[in-house]
Amino acid sequence: MLVAQKDLRIELRSKVALNQVVPFALLVLVLFGFALDADRASLTNFTPGLYWVAILLASVLAVHRSVGLEAGEGAREGLLLSGMRPESVYLGKTLALIAQILVVALMMLGGVVILYEAPVDDGLLLVAALFGAVLGVGAAGTLYGALLGGQRARETVLPILLLPVLSPVLIAATRAFGDAMGTVATDGWQWTGLLFGFGAIYLALGVVSHGVLMEEN
Amino acid sequence: MSVVELDDVVVLLGRFPALAGASLRVDAGEAVLLHGPNGAGKSTLLRLCAGLLRPESGSARVLDTDLGRDRRSVRPRVGYVGHQSMLYDDLTVAENIRFWGRAAGVSTEQQEASARRMRIEERLFDVPVSRLSAGQRRRTSIAVAAARRPELWLLDEPHAGLDQSGRDIVDALITDAAASGGAVLVASHELDRVEPVVHRRVTIIGGTAVESEGTTRVR
Repeated sequence: MLVAQKDLRIELRSKVALNQVVPFALLVLVLFGFALDADRASLTNFTPGLYWVAILLASVLAVHRSVGLEAGEGAREGLLLSGMRPESVYLGKTLALIAQILVVALMMLGGVVILYEAPVDDGLLLVAALFGAVLGVGAAGTLYGALLGGQRARETVLPILLLPVLSPVLIAATRAFGDAMGTVATDGWQWTGLLFGFGAIYLALGVVSHGVLMEEN
Repeated sequence: MSVVELDDVVVLLGRFPALAGASLRVDAGEAVLLHGPNGAGKSTLLRLCAGLLRPESGSARVLDTDLGRDRRSVRPRVGYVGHQSMLYDDLTVAENIRFWGRAAGVSTEQQEASARRMRIEERLFDVPVSRLSAGQRRRTSIAVAAARRPELWLLDEPHAGLDQSGRDIVDALITDAAASGGAVLVASHELDRVEPVVHRRVTIIGGTAVESEGTTRVR
């Protein structure tokens, strides 16, 4: 919790998620609207996919920011020297990242409801899928962030590595949201289960491997 | 009792041998000055002793721990002050001291005592580190390390950016650490400044040799 508190305190003070990530994600949504030049019905049908593409792109910024906190002024070495357990560091950073992406995702959800007039047929499924997807993005994002922590080119390499890894989240979350919004005839709860499974696997991978990644990067 | 025992140690940074056969012994109660030209391997040697770098070959023992096998258990026992502050710019001075103190399991009293010892002004406690001068950052970094009461101090140009009062505090810290049975390794180009507070001077040349010269003139 110590690392999570620290990251969230820094975020509250710097407001990077609020002032940069949220506007970026909203801008992506607006640009999608312009690019597709779609009528209202088409836009509503595309909403789940567009929403999650925007969230994933915005999440890359949040992950990059999270990694950057430790990269600046040698704080990563400070964490190593402090004697904190690497899994505590991983879980703390993941928790803070999940909280930030969750805030962005909820604000964006309001955005698509207003901008795209997206219907919500099953609110519970929508919320469950949102939590499952954000868990996966946070767990995998922190892990890949640690993998690239010491790399100079991480700004450009991070999206190349992370976005393909997150493609199962995009697919499952889009399907689950499609069901929740009544635009796709599918079992959204199955896809939501997949999202939580993805998140659990990456959490386990992160807990096991974060120590090695901190050492090597 | 030896705190640091390096014998023919090689450390690679990528493919570059930053240390290529370094040997050094530092006993408890001893303060040693490392000096040598830029790029000679002083900082690498300190980072090796802090457990941040892996010895590629040779024997490296710090605080009775073989660094080739276990570096993690050494880290919390050393006080490393390097070129980077290891502070979070967006947190205040007090928040940084508190975070690093709690991360290392240091009591609030020790954190406060350390800040007092470094004479960090109270008005600065609520100031984000990003707004501090280089000297104030340095004091905060050293306070963070001092709070842990390390058995081995590893100081890389500790006087850099400090005013006269800060420099005097660092000198006292080196003297007190050695006097209380700890060990201190200081890398510095300021020989006139550091020599009076250390027992020995050691020269590193090209990462290939560590020579010892007896000075023994601690005041």
